Amino acid sequence: MRQKKPALVITFDSTTQAMAAEKFCTSQGLPGRIIPIPREISAGCGLSWKALPSAKDTLLSSMEAAGLHWSGWQIIEI
Amino acid sequence: MIYLDNAATTLHKPQCVIDAVVCALNSMGNASRGANDCALQASRIIYDTREKLAEFFGCSRPDHVVFTANSTEALNIALSGVFHPGDHVITTDCEHNSVLRPLYRQQEEGTISLSFVPADPMGRVNYNDFESLIQPNTRAIVCTHASNLTGNVIDVARVGKIARRYNLLLIVDASQTAGVIPIDMEAMNIDILCFTGHKGLMAPQGTGGMCIREGVEIRPFKVGGSGVHSYDHHQPQPYPTRLEAGTLNGHGIAGLHAAMEYLEQVGIDTIHQKEMALMTKFYEAVRTIPGVTVYGDFDSPRTAVVTLNIDQEDSAAVSDALMEDYQIATRAGAHCAPRMHQALGTVEQGAVRFSFSWFNTEEEVEAAIRAIRELAE
Repeated sequence: MRQKKPALVITFDSTTQAMAAEKFCTSQGLPGRIIPIPREISAGCGLSWKALPSAKDTLLSSMEAAGLHWSGWQIIEI
Repeated sequence: MIYLDNAATTLHKPQCVIDAVVCALNSMGNASRGANDCALQASRIIYDTREKLAEFFGCSRPDHVVFTANSTEALNIALSGVFHPGDHVITTDCEHNSVLRPLYRQQEEGTISLSFVPADPMGRVNYNDFESLIQPNTRAIVCTHASNLTGNVIDVARVGKIARRYNLLLIVDASQTAGVIPIDMEAMNIDILCFTGHKGLMAPQGTGGMCIREGVEIRPFKVGGSGVHSYDHHQPQPYPTRLEAGTLNGHGIAGLHAAMEYLEQVGIDTIHQKEMALMTKFYEAVRTIPGVTVYGDFDSPRTAVVTLNIDQEDSAAVSDALMEDYQIATRAGAHCAPRMHQALGTVEQGAVRFSFSWFNTEEEVEAAIRAIRELAE
Protein backbone atom coordinates (compact mmCIF):
# COMPACT_ATOMS: atom_id res chain seq x y z
CA MET A 1 0.00 0.00 0.00
CA ARG A 2 0.96 3.63 -0.35
CA GLN A 3 2.87 5.25 2.48
CA LYS A 4 0.51 7.05 4.85
CA LYS A 5 0.79 10.82 5.22
CA PRO A 6 -1.17 13.41 7.17
CA ALA A 7 -4.11 14.72 5.15
CA LEU A 8 -7.00 17.06 5.62
CA VAL A 9 -10.30 15.24 5.05
CA ILE A 10 -13.51 17.26 4.76
CA THR A 11 -16.67 15.20 5.01
CA PHE A 12 -20.18 15.76 3.67
CA ASP A 13 -23.69 14.64 4.50
CA SER A 14 -24.56 13.88 0.91
CA THR A 15 -23.04 13.30 -2.50
CA THR A 16 -24.72 16.50 -3.62
CA GLN A 17 -22.80 18.50 -1.01
CA ALA A 18 -19.57 16.80 -2.10
CA MET A 19 -20.23 17.58 -5.75
CA ALA A 20 -21.00 21.20 -4.97
CA ALA A 21 -17.73 21.46 -3.06
CA GLU A 22 -15.75 19.78 -5.83
CA LYS A 23 -17.22 22.05 -8.49
CA PHE A 24 -16.46 25.13 -6.41
CA CYS A 25 -12.93 24.13 -5.43
CA THR A 26 -12.02 23.11 -8.96
CA SER A 27 -13.36 26.33 -10.44
CA GLN A 28 -11.43 28.37 -7.85
CA GLY A 29 -8.19 26.44 -8.27
CA LEU A 30 -8.32 25.27 -4.66
CA PRO A 31 -6.27 22.17 -3.83
CA GLY A 32 -7.56 18.65 -3.26
CA ARG A 33 -9.72 15.94 -4.74
CA ILE A 34 -12.67 13.71 -3.96
CA ILE A 35 -11.89 10.40 -2.24
CA PRO A 36 -14.02 7.70 -0.61
CA ILE A 37 -14.55 8.57 3.04
CA PRO A 38 -11.76 6.88 5.09
CA ARG A 39 -12.81 4.33 7.71
CA GLU A 40 -10.97 6.32 10.37
CA ILE A 41 -13.71 8.93 10.01
CA SER A 42 -16.79 6.91 9.16
CA ALA A 43 -17.55 3.29 8.48
CA GLY A 44 -19.64 2.78 5.39
CA CYS A 45 -19.62 4.78 2.22
CA GLY A 46 -19.66 8.36 1.13
CA LEU A 47 -17.40 10.99 -0.36
CA SER A 48 -14.93 13.39 1.17
CA TRP A 49 -12.43 16.03 0.04
CA LYS A 50 -8.76 15.28 0.61
CA ALA A 51 -6.08 17.97 0.61
CA LEU A 52 -2.81 18.82 2.32
CA PRO A 53 -3.30 19.86 5.96
CA SER A 54 -1.77 23.24 5.16
CA ALA A 55 -4.75 24.02 2.90
CA LYS A 56 -7.29 23.74 5.74
CA ASP A 57 -7.84 27.42 6.48
CA THR A 58 -7.98 28.45 2.83
CA LEU A 59 -10.39 25.66 1.93
CA LEU A 60 -12.76 26.06 4.84
CA SER A 61 -12.92 29.84 4.67
CA SER A 62 -13.46 29.79 0.91
CA MET A 63 -16.18 27.15 1.16
CA GLU A 64 -17.90 29.01 3.96
CA ALA A 65 -17.83 32.25 2.01
CA ALA A 66 -19.43 30.42 -0.92
CA GLY A 67 -22.25 29.11 1.27
CA LEU A 68 -21.25 25.48 0.87
CA HIS A 69 -22.20 22.81 3.39
CA TRP A 70 -19.99 20.13 4.94
CA SER A 71 -20.38 17.95 7.98
CA GLY A 72 -16.87 18.06 9.46
CA TRP A 73 -13.13 17.86 8.92
CA GLN A 74 -10.21 15.96 10.36
CA ILE A 75 -6.50 15.66 9.82
CA ILE A 76 -5.59 12.01 9.73
CA GLU A 77 -2.90 9.77 8.32
CA ILE A 78 -4.14 8.04 5.23
CA MET B 1 -45.58 10.48 -39.94
CA ILE B 2 -46.63 13.85 -38.58
CA TYR B 3 -46.33 13.74 -34.82
CA LEU B 4 -48.80 16.01 -33.04
CA ASP B 5 -48.96 14.33 -29.64
CA ASN B 6 -46.27 16.34 -27.91
CA ALA B 7 -48.38 16.93 -24.80
CA ALA B 8 -48.01 13.19 -24.20
CA THR B 9 -44.30 13.15 -24.93
CA THR B 10 -42.06 15.01 -27.33
CA LEU B 11 -41.08 12.43 -29.93
CA HIS B 12 -38.29 14.43 -31.52
CA LYS B 13 -35.41 15.21 -29.20
CA PRO B 14 -32.44 17.49 -29.92
CA GLN B 15 -29.51 15.52 -31.31
CA CYS B 16 -27.37 16.64 -28.38
CA VAL B 17 -29.78 14.82 -26.03
CA ILE B 18 -29.46 11.60 -27.99
CA ASP B 19 -25.68 11.94 -28.12
CA ALA B 20 -25.48 12.59 -24.38
CA VAL B 21 -27.48 9.47 -23.56
CA VAL B 22 -25.35 7.32 -25.86
CA CYS B 23 -22.19 8.76 -24.31
CA ALA B 24 -23.54 8.10 -20.81
CA LEU B 25 -24.46 4.53 -21.71
CA ASN B 26 -20.86 4.01 -22.74
CA SER B 27 -19.17 5.65 -19.79
CA MET B 28 -21.33 6.44 -16.79
CA GLY B 29 -21.00 4.67 -13.46
CA ASN B 30 -23.44 4.75 -10.56
CA ALA B 31 -23.78 8.22 -9.08
CA SER B 32 -23.27 8.49 -5.34
CA ARG B 33 -21.88 4.98 -5.21
CA GLY B 34 -18.17 5.34 -4.58
CA ALA B 35 -15.39 7.56 -5.86
CA ASN B 36 -14.12 5.76 -8.93
CA ASP B 37 -13.85 7.91 -12.04
CA CYS B 38 -17.00 6.52 -13.64
CA ALA B 39 -19.09 7.00 -10.50
CA LEU B 40 -17.77 10.51 -10.04
CA GLN B 41 -18.52 11.35 -13.66
CA ALA B 42 -22.12 10.35 -13.02
CA SER B 43 -22.26 12.29 -9.75
CA ARG B 44 -20.86 15.38 -11.43
CA ILE B 45 -23.30 15.44 -14.32
CA ILE B 46 -26.22 14.76 -11.99
CA TYR B 47 -25.16 17.56 -9.68
CA ASP B 48 -24.68 19.90 -12.61
CA THR B 49 -28.18 19.05 -13.80
CA ARG B 50 -29.55 19.92 -10.36
CA GLU B 51 -27.87 23.30 -10.63
CA LYS B 52 -29.31 23.91 -14.09
CA LEU B 53 -32.82 22.93 -13.00
CA ALA B 54 -32.61 25.06 -9.84
CA GLU B 55 -31.65 28.09 -11.88
CA PHE B 56 -34.22 27.32 -14.57
CA PHE B 57 -37.11 27.05 -12.10
CA GLY B 58 -36.01 29.67 -9.58
CA CYS B 59 -35.26 27.17 -6.82
CA SER B 60 -32.77 28.65 -4.36
CA ARG B 61 -31.03 25.37 -3.53
CA PRO B 62 -29.67 22.86 -6.07
CA ASP B 63 -29.68 20.23 -3.31
CA HIS B 64 -33.45 20.68 -3.09
CA VAL B 65 -33.85 19.44 -6.65
CA VAL B 66 -34.92 15.79 -6.37
CA PHE B 67 -34.91 13.42 -9.34
CA THR B 68 -37.80 11.07 -10.00
CA ALA B 69 -38.94 8.98 -12.94
CA ASN B 70 -41.61 11.47 -14.01
CA SER B 71 -44.16 13.99 -12.74
CA THR B 72 -46.44 11.27 -11.42
CA GLU B 73 -43.73 9.91 -9.16
CA ALA B 74 -42.79 13.40 -8.01
CA LEU B 75 -46.43 14.21 -7.24
CA ASN B 76 -46.90 10.93 -5.38
CA ILE B 77 -43.80 11.61 -3.26
CA ALA B 78 -44.91 15.17 -2.55
CA LEU B 79 -48.57 14.45 -1.88
CA SER B 80 -47.89 11.42 0.31
CA GLY B 81 -45.19 13.21 2.27
CA VAL B 82 -46.60 16.52 3.39
CA PHE B 83 -50.11 15.96 4.74
CA HIS B 84 -51.23 14.99 8.22
CA PRO B 85 -54.53 13.49 9.38
CA GLY B 86 -57.25 16.11 9.31
CA ASP B 87 -55.67 18.29 6.64
CA HIS B 88 -57.90 19.89 4.01
CA VAL B 89 -56.58 20.27 0.48
CA ILE B 90 -57.81 22.45 -2.37
CA THR B 91 -57.28 21.34 -5.95
CA THR B 92 -59.00 21.95 -9.29
CA ASP B 93 -61.08 20.30 -11.97
CA CYS B 94 -58.19 20.86 -14.37
CA GLU B 95 -56.00 18.20 -12.83
CA HIS B 96 -54.52 15.10 -14.37
CA ASN B 97 -54.95 11.77 -12.60
CA SER B 98 -51.34 12.12 -11.42
CA VAL B 99 -52.70 14.70 -8.98
CA LEU B 100 -56.22 13.37 -8.54
CA ARG B 101 -55.48 9.75 -7.69
CA PRO B 102 -52.87 10.40 -4.98
CA LEU B 103 -55.34 12.85 -3.43
CA TYR B 104 -58.35 10.53 -3.82
CA ARG B 105 -56.40 7.73 -2.15
CA GLN B 106 -55.62 9.84 0.90
CA GLN B 107 -59.20 11.07 0.98
CA GLU B 108 -60.48 7.48 0.94
CA GLU B 109 -58.00 6.51 3.64
CA GLY B 110 -59.45 9.29 5.77
CA THR B 111 -56.25 11.31 5.95
CA ILE B 112 -57.39 14.41 4.12
CA SER B 113 -60.54 16.12 2.90
CA LEU B 114 -60.72 17.63 -0.56
CA SER B 115 -62.35 20.60 -2.26
CA PHE B 116 -62.30 21.33 -5.98
CA VAL B 117 -62.13 24.67 -7.74
CA PRO B 118 -64.58 24.06 -10.58
CA ALA B 119 -63.81 24.57 -14.25
CA ASP B 120 -66.40 26.19 -16.51
CA PRO B 121 -67.37 24.77 -19.95
CA MET B 122 -64.33 26.53 -21.45
CA GLY B 123 -62.08 24.88 -18.89
CA ARG B 124 -61.43 28.11 -16.98
CA VAL B 125 -61.21 28.52 -13.21
CA ASN B 126 -62.47 31.43 -11.15
CA TYR B 127 -59.57 32.53 -8.94
CA ASN B 128 -61.93 33.74 -6.24
CA ASP B 129 -62.92 30.11 -5.70
CA PHE B 130 -59.47 29.23 -4.35
CA GLU B 131 -59.98 31.72 -1.55
CA SER B 132 -63.62 30.90 -0.86
CA LEU B 133 -62.79 27.20 -0.42
CA ILE B 134 -60.22 27.82 2.31
CA GLN B 135 -61.10 26.30 5.69
CA PRO B 136 -59.37 26.59 9.08
CA ASN B 137 -57.67 23.22 8.46
CA THR B 138 -56.65 23.86 4.85
CA ARG B 139 -53.02 22.88 4.41
CA ALA B 140 -52.32 23.17 0.72
CA ILE B 141 -53.40 24.11 -2.78
CA VAL B 142 -52.43 21.58 -5.43
CA CYS B 143 -52.86 22.73 -8.99
CA THR B 144 -51.62 22.21 -12.48
CA HIS B 145 -49.85 25.00 -14.32
CA ALA B 146 -51.68 24.12 -17.54
CA SER B 147 -54.41 21.67 -18.46
CA ASN B 148 -53.17 18.77 -20.52
CA LEU B 149 -56.60 18.68 -22.18
CA THR B 150 -57.40 22.29 -23.07
CA GLY B 151 -53.96 23.90 -22.87
CA ASN B 152 -55.39 26.63 -20.61
CA VAL B 153 -52.69 28.03 -18.33
CA ILE B 154 -53.54 28.68 -14.69
CA ASP B 155 -52.09 31.89 -13.29
CA VAL B 156 -49.94 30.20 -10.69
CA ALA B 157 -48.49 33.48 -9.46
CA ARG B 158 -52.02 34.61 -8.61
CA VAL B 159 -52.74 31.34 -6.81
CA GLY B 160 -49.37 31.66 -5.07
CA LYS B 161 -50.34 35.03 -3.62
CA ILE B 162 -53.47 33.46 -2.14
CA ALA B 163 -51.47 30.54 -0.76
CA ARG B 164 -48.93 32.84 0.85
CA ARG B 165 -51.60 35.11 2.33
CA TYR B 166 -53.19 32.13 4.11
CA ASN B 167 -49.91 30.33 4.86
CA LEU B 168 -50.80 27.36 2.65
CA LEU B 169 -48.43 25.11 0.74
CA LEU B 170 -48.61 25.52 -3.03
CA ILE B 171 -47.79 22.34 -4.93
CA VAL B 172 -47.70 22.75 -8.72
CA ASP B 173 -47.83 20.17 -11.48
CA ALA B 174 -45.73 21.64 -14.27
CA SER B 175 -45.94 18.63 -16.57
CA GLN B 176 -47.34 20.67 -19.46
CA THR B 177 -45.32 23.85 -18.98
CA ALA B 178 -41.78 22.96 -17.90
CA GLY B 179 -39.58 23.95 -20.82
CA VAL B 180 -42.09 26.13 -22.64
CA ILE B 181 -43.44 28.65 -20.12
CA PRO B 182 -41.18 30.45 -17.61
CA ILE B 183 -41.52 29.29 -14.01
CA ASP B 184 -39.97 31.10 -11.04
CA MET B 185 -40.72 29.31 -7.78
CA GLU B 186 -39.70 32.23 -5.63
CA ALA B 187 -41.65 34.84 -7.55
CA MET B 188 -44.70 32.60 -7.86
CA ASN B 189 -44.62 31.43 -4.20
CA ILE B 190 -44.43 27.77 -5.24
CA ASP B 191 -43.40 25.41 -2.43
CA ILE B 192 -43.08 22.19 -4.44
CA LEU B 193 -42.77 22.14 -8.22
CA CYS B 194 -43.20 18.77 -9.92
CA PHE B 195 -41.99 18.35 -13.49
CA THR B 196 -41.28 15.72 -16.08
CA GLY B 197 -38.34 15.64 -18.44
CA HIS B 198 -39.82 14.00 -21.49
CA LYS B 199 -42.30 16.64 -22.63
CA GLY B 200 -41.36 20.30 -23.01
CA LEU B 201 -37.88 19.83 -21.62
CA MET B 202 -37.24 17.40 -24.52
CA ALA B 203 -35.28 14.96 -22.37
CA PRO B 204 -35.62 11.16 -22.25
CA GLN B 205 -38.60 9.40 -20.70
CA GLY B 206 -37.85 8.26 -17.18
CA THR B 207 -36.57 11.68 -16.14
CA GLY B 208 -38.34 14.21 -13.98
CA GLY B 209 -38.34 15.51 -10.48
CA MET B 210 -39.35 18.13 -8.03
CA CYS B 211 -37.94 21.38 -6.74
CA ILE B 212 -38.58 22.02 -3.06
CA ARG B 213 -38.58 25.38 -1.37
CA GLU B 214 -36.12 25.60 1.54
CA GLY B 215 -37.91 24.74 4.77
CA VAL B 216 -40.61 22.53 3.21
CA GLU B 217 -40.53 19.07 4.79
CA ILE B 218 -41.49 15.96 2.77
CA ARG B 219 -41.41 12.54 4.40
CA PRO B 220 -39.53 9.83 2.46
CA PHE B 221 -41.72 7.86 0.07
CA LYS B 222 -39.17 5.08 -0.43
CA VAL B 223 -36.09 4.19 1.57
CA GLY B 224 -33.01 2.21 0.68
CA GLY B 225 -29.58 2.65 -0.83
CA SER B 226 -28.21 6.16 -0.52
CA GLY B 227 -24.45 5.86 -0.89
CA VAL B 228 -23.97 7.68 2.43
CA HIS B 229 -24.50 6.85 6.13
CA SER B 230 -24.91 3.18 5.22
CA TYR B 231 -25.09 1.89 8.81
CA ASP B 232 -27.98 4.14 9.79
CA HIS B 233 -31.33 2.38 10.04
CA HIS B 234 -33.12 5.33 8.54
CA GLN B 235 -32.92 7.21 5.27
CA PRO B 236 -30.54 10.18 5.57
CA GLN B 237 -32.51 13.37 6.12
CA PRO B 238 -30.71 15.92 3.93
CA TYR B 239 -32.32 16.55 0.55
CA PRO B 240 -32.04 15.20 -2.08
CA THR B 241 -30.87 11.91 -0.50
CA ARG B 242 -34.00 11.82 1.67
CA LEU B 243 -36.21 11.28 -1.37
CA GLU B 244 -33.86 9.50 -3.78
CA ALA B 245 -33.35 5.96 -2.46
CA GLY B 246 -31.92 3.65 -5.10
CA THR B 247 -29.91 4.20 -8.25
CA LEU B 248 -30.90 7.27 -10.21
CA ASN B 249 -31.57 7.20 -13.94
CA GLY B 250 -28.13 8.60 -14.63
CA HIS B 251 -28.24 7.90 -18.34
CA GLY B 252 -31.53 9.71 -18.69
CA ILE B 253 -30.37 12.58 -16.51
CA ALA B 254 -27.33 12.97 -18.77
CA GLY B 255 -29.86 13.49 -21.55
CA LEU B 256 -31.78 15.96 -19.40
CA HIS B 257 -28.52 17.81 -18.78
CA ALA B 258 -27.98 18.15 -22.52
CA ALA B 259 -31.61 19.19 -22.97
CA MET B 260 -31.20 21.97 -20.40
CA GLU B 261 -28.15 23.22 -22.28
CA TYR B 262 -30.16 23.13 -25.50
CA LEU B 263 -32.97 25.13 -23.90
CA GLU B 264 -30.45 27.65 -22.59
CA GLN B 265 -29.09 28.10 -26.11
CA VAL B 266 -32.41 28.36 -27.91
CA GLY B 267 -34.40 30.09 -25.17
CA ILE B 268 -37.81 28.96 -24.03
CA ASP B 269 -39.44 32.19 -25.18
CA THR B 270 -38.32 31.39 -28.71
CA ILE B 271 -39.65 27.86 -28.36
CA HIS B 272 -42.98 29.01 -26.95
CA GLN B 273 -43.44 31.63 -29.67
CA LYS B 274 -42.91 29.09 -32.42
CA GLU B 275 -45.19 26.53 -30.80
CA MET B 276 -47.89 29.16 -30.30
CA ALA B 277 -47.59 30.28 -33.92
CA LEU B 278 -48.14 26.70 -35.10
CA MET B 279 -50.99 26.20 -32.65
CA THR B 280 -52.67 29.48 -33.67
CA LYS B 281 -52.40 28.67 -37.37
CA PHE B 282 -54.11 25.34 -36.75
CA TYR B 283 -56.75 26.78 -34.41
CA GLU B 284 -57.72 29.65 -36.69
CA ALA B 285 -58.20 27.24 -39.58
CA VAL B 286 -60.11 24.44 -37.87
CA ARG B 287 -62.40 26.51 -35.64
CA THR B 288 -64.40 27.71 -38.66
CA ILE B 289 -64.83 24.27 -40.25
CA PRO B 290 -68.52 23.29 -40.01
CA GLY B 291 -69.04 20.52 -37.46
CA VAL B 292 -65.79 21.16 -35.58
CA THR B 293 -65.96 22.07 -31.89
CA VAL B 294 -62.78 23.38 -30.30
CA TYR B 295 -62.41 23.34 -26.50
CA GLY B 296 -60.61 25.75 -24.21
CA ASP B 297 -59.89 29.43 -23.77
CA PHE B 298 -57.92 30.94 -26.63
CA ASP B 299 -57.98 34.51 -25.27
CA SER B 300 -55.71 33.81 -22.30
CA PRO B 301 -52.20 32.39 -21.81
CA ARG B 302 -52.01 28.80 -22.97
CA THR B 303 -49.83 26.01 -24.21
CA ALA B 304 -49.68 24.78 -27.80
CA VAL B 305 -52.65 22.44 -27.54
CA VAL B 306 -55.83 22.37 -29.65
CA THR B 307 -58.47 19.86 -28.61
CA LEU B 308 -61.51 19.30 -30.79
CA ASN B 309 -64.32 17.05 -31.86
CA ILE B 310 -66.05 16.59 -35.19
CA ASP B 311 -69.84 16.56 -34.84
CA GLN B 312 -70.73 13.63 -32.58
CA GLU B 313 -68.02 11.32 -33.96
CA ASP B 314 -66.20 9.16 -31.46
CA SER B 315 -62.87 10.88 -30.78
CA ALA B 316 -61.14 7.50 -30.96
CA ALA B 317 -62.48 6.99 -34.51
CA VAL B 318 -61.28 10.44 -35.58
CA SER B 319 -57.84 9.91 -34.09
CA ASP B 320 -57.62 6.48 -35.71
CA ALA B 321 -58.58 7.92 -39.12
CA LEU B 322 -55.93 10.61 -38.72
CA MET B 323 -53.31 7.95 -38.03
CA GLU B 324 -54.37 5.39 -40.62
CA ASP B 325 -55.38 7.64 -43.50
CA TYR B 326 -53.19 10.71 -42.94
CA GLN B 327 -50.28 9.41 -40.82
CA ILE B 328 -50.98 12.08 -38.21
CA ALA B 329 -50.43 11.09 -34.58
CA THR B 330 -52.86 12.63 -32.08
CA ARG B 331 -54.41 11.60 -28.79
CA ALA B 332 -58.06 10.68 -28.33
CA GLY B 333 -60.13 9.71 -25.31
CA ALA B 334 -60.02 11.00 -21.76
CA HIS B 335 -56.39 12.11 -21.46
CA CYS B 336 -56.35 11.07 -17.77
CA ALA B 337 -58.29 14.28 -17.05
CA PRO B 338 -61.74 13.05 -15.97
CA ARG B 339 -62.97 16.16 -14.18
CA MET B 340 -62.00 18.43 -17.05
CA HIS B 341 -63.92 16.24 -19.49
CA GLN B 342 -66.91 16.52 -17.17
CA ALA B 343 -66.56 20.31 -17.24
CA LEU B 344 -66.34 20.35 -21.04
CA GLY B 345 -69.21 17.89 -21.43
CA THR B 346 -67.08 15.40 -23.35
CA VAL B 347 -67.11 12.38 -21.06
CA GLU B 348 -68.84 10.12 -23.59
CA GLN B 349 -67.24 11.43 -26.77
CA GLY B 350 -63.77 12.16 -25.47
CA ALA B 351 -61.82 14.61 -27.62
CA VAL B 352 -58.98 14.67 -30.12
CA ARG B 353 -55.92 16.52 -28.91
CA PHE B 354 -53.37 18.10 -31.24
CA SER B 355 -50.24 19.27 -29.45
CA PHE B 356 -47.37 21.02 -31.17
CA SER B 357 -43.66 21.14 -30.46
CA TRP B 358 -40.53 23.07 -31.37
CA PHE B 359 -39.77 20.50 -34.05
CA ASN B 360 -43.12 20.72 -35.90
CA THR B 361 -43.38 22.69 -39.13
CA GLU B 362 -45.98 24.86 -40.84
CA GLU B 363 -46.25 22.24 -43.57
CA GLU B 364 -47.23 19.66 -40.98
CA VAL B 365 -49.85 22.00 -39.56
CA GLU B 366 -51.26 22.59 -43.03
CA ALA B 367 -51.50 18.84 -43.60
CA ALA B 368 -53.38 18.47 -40.30
CA ILE B 369 -55.78 21.25 -41.31
CA ARG B 370 -56.48 19.54 -44.64
CA ALA B 371 -57.11 16.27 -42.84
CA ILE B 372 -59.65 17.78 -40.44
CA ARG B 373 -61.36 19.58 -43.31
CA GLU B 374 -61.76 16.29 -45.21
CA LEU B 375 -62.85 14.30 -42.17
CA ALA B 376 -65.49 16.92 -41.33
CA GLU B 377 -67.05 16.81 -44.81
